[in-house]
Amino acid sequence: MSSRPVALSRAHRRRRTTTLVTKIGSGAGLWALAALFILPFVWMLSSSLKRNIDVFAVPVRWIPDPVQWSNYVEVWLGDQSMLRYFGNSLLVTGVSVTGDLITASMAGYAFALLSFKGRDKVFLIYLATAIVPYQLLLVPRFMFFQQLGLYDTLWALILPGIFTLFGTFLLRQFFIACPPELGEAARIDGAGEWAVFWRVYLPQAKPMLAALAIIRFVGSWNDYETPLVMLSDERKYTVPLGLTQFIDAEGGLSAGLAMAASVSSVIPILIVFLIFQRQFVAALAHAGLK
Amino acid sequence: MAVDTVTATAPPAAAPQPKRRNRRSRRTPTRVGWLFILPNVLGFVAFTLIPLIAGLGIAFTDWNVVSGLSGIDFVGLKNFQVLLTDTKFWESVLRTLFFAGITVPGTMILGVLLALALNRDVPGKIALRTIFFIPHIVSSIAVGMVWLLLLNPQSGVVNLGLGRLGVSDPPDWLVSQTWGLPSLVLISIWSGVGYCAIIYLAALQSMPPDLLEAAKLDGANAFQRFTTVIWPALMPTTTFLAVTMLISHSQGFGLIAFLTGGGPGDSTTVLSYYMYSEGFQFYRFGYAAAIGVMSFIGVLILTAILWRFQKGRGLYT
Repeated sequence: MSSRPVALSRAHRRRRTTTLVTKIGSGAGLWALAALFILPFVWMLSSSLKRNIDVFAVPVRWIPDPVQWSNYVEVWLGDQSMLRYFGNSLLVTGVSVTGDLITASMAGYAFALLSFKGRDKVFLIYLATAIVPYQLLLVPRFMFFQQLGLYDTLWALILPGIFTLFGTFLLRQFFIACPPELGEAARIDGAGEWAVFWRVYLPQAKPMLAALAIIRFVGSWNDYETPLVMLSDERKYTVPLGLTQFIDAEGGLSAGLAMAASVSSVIPILIVFLIFQRQFVAALAHAGLK
Repeated sequence: MAVDTVTATAPPAAAPQPKRRNRRSRRTPTRVGWLFILPNVLGFVAFTLIPLIAGLGIAFTDWNVVSGLSGIDFVGLKNFQVLLTDTKFWESVLRTLFFAGITVPGTMILGVLLALALNRDVPGKIALRTIFFIPHIVSSIAVGMVWLLLLNPQSGVVNLGLGRLGVSDPPDWLVSQTWGLPSLVLISIWSGVGYCAIIYLAALQSMPPDLLEAAKLDGANAFQRFTTVIWPALMPTTTFLAVTMLISHSQGFGLIAFLTGGGPGDSTTVLSYYMYSEGFQFYRFGYAAAIGVMSFIGVLILTAILWRFQKGRGLYT
């Protein structure tokens, strides 16, 4: 980010000669393309406040009339209640993301900055399994949880989420760039190993922890495949699985309700994303650029 | 956790190799190091390593969930032998190749073009970036929900709109044998473009500006600058995106399970969905695991090819 303004202004001066017209032209083109990406969501929002018969009207009436607030009341307080799905999702996401932050930062720190017997061997095993897609693990995990009696409980979603390779790798990468001298100085001052981690290094990692939290929050909140496989009781459904109930139940007739449920499900993600957009994108880019 | 037991250890331990300014020089007592990684390692062993090994093992068994643990029957390579002659398997391999083969490059090409456009000063750049990215962070089910309604053959906005434009026989999209898979490709590209663009944009912005300046001074036009400077510099990013997207698009089955359930007929049954349905709808776990293993081997081979392809092409390699 830091080198950009210079580059931009240099480029800007150079480009001043190019006509304003091309600039406006390319801007308009981009915005037209952007409409393709945002309009389905606008349509979703608008439909969530319509009666079912109005949802499919063409040309689209973007402002609902009459405004059907009752869609939201029914989605949140009806038989299939978003309230319950939200509660389940918050529990799963909250516990697994918090747990992941703890176990991943401890392990990532130790892999990066501590040197002990067996460390490299363990890390090699981690690396070797890194590219195994988790879908491959679904069948054995399913059987494992079934044997433990955890099938159809939220634990089946929470437990694997507490220990992710992604978090460990991300934090290891961060800590490996930290100067080891920081810890040495603290140790000379008599700090124990835990204090060195907790008071010296962990505070440095706050931006990375925030980024990991957001990425994991989005991933966990949106996860559909794991609950699809691990849950069968509708009362335990998380938001994405609960969402499908609004279509299955009445075969698409309840379009207004389906859209109200969709809007509800998207809002937490959107809020978190808009607030932490910069960290989120920076972390994704970091993972991508190495 | 074990705070006071470890306080005594620090300085003298550095003795063995004082000259190396390597971070490995100071050894931590084994027990302390292990305490730090233990929570993570336990979870890793329980939920990743054991399932992985078990998953490989299950592929060589005939196991129906109804019969419980005692129903495990070791059958050697039988599952794989059956797979090789299973037309449904080969058809779903082809569908996976079609699906990923169009979605991944399609998303990446649009993504890099979008990144180049967003890297110039256009009005509302930040808002644009956010808008393109939103489909990626929204759950595939919410996205699928909207498209399911928009693409409804009779009452969906898309077909009614096409009808008004004079298209007399618009496709049936998700409920059509021919258009089902292409519809999924389109939806997937639509949700992934913003992600690719953001990653490419970050790579573009971390490029040393002098490189481009030098190319400009040499009189290279925009197209030449792209082919000779920008694209080679983006090669590591391209490889990263190609590999990760190849994995996610060949292994994911959520959107398909929700939107089409593999149908109509088997027309959208890709490999990952075939595995899901064998395992979790028909409870043929051994067979499902075998499909998973084969699909993983396929991805490994493709990844290795991509890796080879990148070598020697990147600017910095």
